Amino acid sequence: MSAILWQLLQIILVVAISPLITGWVRLVKSRLNGRIGASPFQPYRDIYRLLQKEAVVAHSASWVFRVAPYVTFGAVWLAASIVPAFTTHLFLAQAADLIALVALLGVARFWTALAGMDVGTSFGGLGASREMMISSLAEPAMLMVTFSLSLISGTTAPAQIIAFVLSGGVGIEVSLGLALAALVMVAIAENGRIPIDNPATHLELTMVHEAMVLEYSGRHLALMEGAGMVRLTLFMALIGGLFAPWGMAQSEGGALALAVGLAAFLAKCFVLATALGVFETSIAKMRVFRYADFLGGALLLGLLATIFLYVSEAV
Amino acid sequence: MGAQISYDIAHLIGATVLMAGFQLLYQRRLFAVLNTFAFQALALAAAAAWQAHIQHAPHLYVTAGIALVFKAIIVPIALHWLVEQLGIHKNVETAMSIGWTMMAGVALVTLSILLVLPVTANAAALTRESLALAMSVVLLGLLMMITRHNAVTQVVGFMALENGLILAAVSAKGMPLVVEISVAFSVLVAMTLFGIFFFRIRERFDTLDLADLETHRGDR
Repeated sequence: MSAILWQLLQIILVVAISPLITGWVRLVKSRLNGRIGASPFQPYRDIYRLLQKEAVVAHSASWVFRVAPYVTFGAVWLAASIVPAFTTHLFLAQAADLIALVALLGVARFWTALAGMDVGTSFGGLGASREMMISSLAEPAMLMVTFSLSLISGTTAPAQIIAFVLSGGVGIEVSLGLALAALVMVAIAENGRIPIDNPATHLELTMVHEAMVLEYSGRHLALMEGAGMVRLTLFMALIGGLFAPWGMAQSEGGALALAVGLAAFLAKCFVLATALGVFETSIAKMRVFRYADFLGGALLLGLLATIFLYVSEAV
Repeated sequence: MGAQISYDIAHLIGATVLMAGFQLLYQRRLFAVLNTFAFQALALAAAAAWQAHIQHAPHLYVTAGIALVFKAIIVPIALHWLVEQLGIHKNVETAMSIGWTMMAGVALVTLSILLVLPVTANAAALTRESLALAMSVVLLGLLMMITRHNAVTQVVGFMALENGLILAAVSAKGMPLVVEISVAFSVLVAMTLFGIFFFRIRERFDTLDLADLETHRGDR
């Protein structure tokens, strides 16, 4: 019973705090750039304002364009609700593993790219093609990370991986460090953060995600923006959960453990969001031709993580 | 548990040295290459200090100190100064694309692991892994010397290779201190010689790109 309750709490929580996390990243970046910056709650106001507005749809758009925001947001939301954020005792935890997570994110990306191409403007097609290039490199890297984690813990379900790490059965593994580095690189690419894509730009040379959602307005745009914010929270929950699961409530934990888990989750998110802001400020955007090197690096790190696993197995 | 932790940390620092080796292959700017090399030497010093701690071998602290002072501070600063003096092109020219180089690097790491683990079947687990890591670093240094046109980056590749040798030396028990000191000083001497050679090469050929030297080979 409590598993269903906590699952509902998790489903609401990830949507409720993700604009705040995005707003916090923006605030950190503004401060580091020497600007005062908007309040971290500004994304809530933006989304509210977008929801009030009429959704304008181009004449050339088909049903794909109108359905895509709902599918994208739904897929990302579902993915976020199966990643244990503050407790491993979730109703859906048994149903979904990391491979399903990759697939759900793939569905979201596929529909975004379809929507980008559907209207027939040049920017949408450009963004979609770049997004597909990035995802064709990021997805194998993500799967490689999944494989090395599942080789360590013997399962691909995030809840069981977390339980395994928390049980203390795993020491300081080189493989885990490499997998973490690879996952961070994938997260940067998947969320369209700075070395790969600039989330705050409308310049045709650099934009990837923005180019695909350029034609959206009103509630459609709100859903697309919301999906991006939830995806960022998802990756923070994933990184914080898999590699630093301390404080997370286990199945037998009561209300106190839950409160500790929530506080730990929020603390992890703000630490990661601040780190992301600092990282984005200190680095320049890459050229499109260098994405392959960056994400190929992530793939190689994942591969090395698996190779080192066999070394420590053999020793 | 204590042995496990010390083993894990040694493994982690060794892997950091190896990662810095990959980072060297990935960099496209000359100064970034030099900074990465300094970082690798720093990690090497940490590895030597940690080995001194867990092997109870105080002379390895001297090795760590030498790595820290010479390789992490003096050599990078000297190379920085040289690059400034020579006024050379600050982009790294590669023979292969970076992606292919990295892939070759992973293949070399796999090769060295496959090679070292069966050969050292009787040694302690710590030594085996460190040797596998060290051999990977050596091979990556060699790869860097092969795939770079510029003489300065080739020298950095040589120094990285030498970092791998030191890593192997500190993880094998019973390496006499005098050998390590002499290696460290010979590297410093080599560094000086390289500096002189850089000026000579540039004076004669107006470039440090070794690909341009190939045409001179026949008619000299």
